[in-house]
Amino acid sequence: MARTLIHVPTTARKGEVLEVRTLIAHPMETGYRAGADGRTLPRDIIRRFACRYNGELVFSADLYPAISANPYLAFSVIADASGSFTFTWEGDNGFAQTESATITVT
Amino acid sequence: MSGRGAALAVLAALLAAAGTLAQTTPAPKRSGFDTMSAGVQAMQRDDQQNPGMLWVADGEVLWKTIFGISFSCAHCHGDATKTMRGVAARYPDWDKVDGRPVDLVQRINLCRTRYQQVLPLPPESVEMLGLEAYVAVQSRGMPLAPSTARELEAPRERGRRLYEQRIGQLNLSCALCHDKLPGHVLAGATIPQGHVNGYPTYRLEWQGLGSLQRRIRNCLSGVRAAPPPWNSLEMVELELYLTQRSAGLPVEAPAVRP
Repeated sequence: MARTLIHVPTTARKGEVLEVRTLIAHPMETGYRAGADGRTLPRDIIRRFACRYNGELVFSADLYPAISANPYLAFSVIADASGSFTFTWEGDNGFAQTESATITVT
Repeated sequence: MSGRGAALAVLAALLAAAGTLAQTTPAPKRSGFDTMSAGVQAMQRDDQQNPGMLWVADGEVLWKTIFGISFSCAHCHGDATKTMRGVAARYPDWDKVDGRPVDLVQRINLCRTRYQQVLPLPPESVEMLGLEAYVAVQSRGMPLAPSTARELEAPRERGRRLYEQRIGQLNLSCALCHDKLPGHVLAGATIPQGHVNGYPTYRLEWQGLGSLQRRIRNCLSGVRAAPPPWNSLEMVELELYLTQRSAGLPVEAPAVRP
């Protein structure tokens, strides 16, 4: 399991615009670099990130080799109803991780 | 006439005084934080954006993990947020048992081999950087206050000589760049004063966290000198002098640098 840092406010007013910030530990190996033995290191990147808010897709992104290690993604969401956010990262070598966060909307 | 002569003499004395003042007053210490771009500064300030915090989170788990027979770091040292406060600001320190100076990484490994009875962690391993970052972050914001142990005076002086010694195929010393030319540009990058208040540091160039020793090795291979082995006495002596040189600057660990 890769370590993640996720920031979502725990409470919000209905209609409020929230900033959601995520960071995940991942090498994002491009597939173009040479290793210590001179041979090319195989590509190992996260290919897709998605955020669901109470099951509905609110943000997603495709990631490519030029994106740095430990990718940081920040985006805005409108607080709609109390519930949960689920974050999924999927990538090479069967990499898949899901994290969640809850929010109370008043 | 004598009045004019006296005035000239006073002026000459003033100019001479100003000249010596300019030579002897060292430039104020500036953390590398001050010279980097606003974007990178924001990255360091915000713990949700600072990738170094990933290692800190690893270290927090390792702190409570039982290694060896039955010890975790927390067994002896308790709550790191209280007991480790100020530790990173003081190291490298003198180890009475072995009679040599040790840096924070070596201290963690000494705890492992002496008390936890497990193998030392390899340099720059994820576990070591995690533990180091977790201990270092407890001193964040505190001024660097190097140990004043009397035994450290001689090694620190040897460190200063290493710092001023011209080395490598390029025949450069640390002091030539970091004391004489900070603020100038080398290969597109601004030369910092070379302060050590942010280690372990997340470097964008490394795409990862690294220790002060890794950074020093970077500079050494840059001037095409053979870096001393990991954790060698020379390295610690250099670290001792560098910490003294940066004394008073706030600890920024884990810092972010370009």
